[in-house]
Amino acid sequence: MTLLPILVLAVGTFGFRIAGPLLSERLQLSERVQGLMSMATIAMLAALVATSTLIVQGGFAGWARPAGVFVGALLAWRRLPFIAVVVAAAVTAAGLRLLGVP
Amino acid sequence: MGNVDRALVRDVGAVALASGVVGVSFGALAVAAGLSVWMALFMSVVVFAGGAQFVAVGMVAAGATPVAAVFAGLLLNARHLPFGMAVADVLGKRWPTRLLGAHLMVDESVAFALAQREPGRKRAAYWLCGGMLFVAWNLGVVVGGWAGRTVGNPELLGLDAAFPASMLALLLPSLLPPKEEDASEGVRLKATKGRRVALVGALIALAATPLLPVGVPVLLSILAVGVALR
Repeated sequence: MTLLPILVLAVGTFGFRIAGPLLSERLQLSERVQGLMSMATIAMLAALVATSTLIVQGGFAGWARPAGVFVGALLAWRRLPFIAVVVAAAVTAAGLRLLGVP
Repeated sequence: MGNVDRALVRDVGAVALASGVVGVSFGALAVAAGLSVWMALFMSVVVFAGGAQFVAVGMVAAGATPVAAVFAGLLLNARHLPFGMAVADVLGKRWPTRLLGAHLMVDESVAFALAQREPGRKRAAYWLCGGMLFVAWNLGVVVGGWAGRTVGNPELLGLDAAFPASMLALLLPSLLPPKEEDASEGVRLKATKGRRVALVGALIALAATPLLPVGVPVLLSILAVGVALR
């Protein structure tokens, strides 16, 4: 990896990041469309949760990771503090791996 | 910053810590792939997108051309465009804050902003999360670059499960009906719609994953907004 591809990736990424705020200003989005944009964010974050839970490099991630996320989800649903959710998910996955679960 | 309370700092701190450890593993990978520590740090400062950095460096290390690696990284980062439309209000209108805020746009800062209800708290959560992650991620990369492969295996610590779990915990306030009895009908309806959109979005991304390059399935999940239109 040399300097040029890194710079192209950086500039392109920043382009995506700044385009959203600029577009939403230029387009003067109505309240309804803004509501739909936050629905789109919910859809994308849910998609990230699903794919980053189940998939690694195009294949199944193994059972330890989804099990950890499931335990975290259970605690989050019971409205336990955020930090408990994150720690429980990590400890579950790490513990299962210690026991030999992939 | 009256909107920053101890609980927010603690929650953001946990996510930043996890991100720092993942940064350590990126630093180690980048150095193993032939980058100098400083080049790895430079990349992390100017790109500041973990997933895309792993994909780009990993692809080049595996023999792909830099053009293909950059393309894959950009595809993965295209989701920041719709993210930016959703958090435009949080970034404000002033150019210096808008430019800096755009650079701090990552999944975590967007999710933390989404999880707050009042505009002031949204702003506080976004900036605190973006800032702390930026510091933790780049510190991690330097540590990993220096220490090499011996430290920081995120999987051994279960941190690969911490990322989706934290994103899910931040999503839940938008999905669960509020506890308060007096919550308005509108708020309840929004949560119901949110649940449908989240479920369909997750299914779209999972179904598309075997067929399409990394990054595209998450973009496609936007189509799930269709179920909220009625």
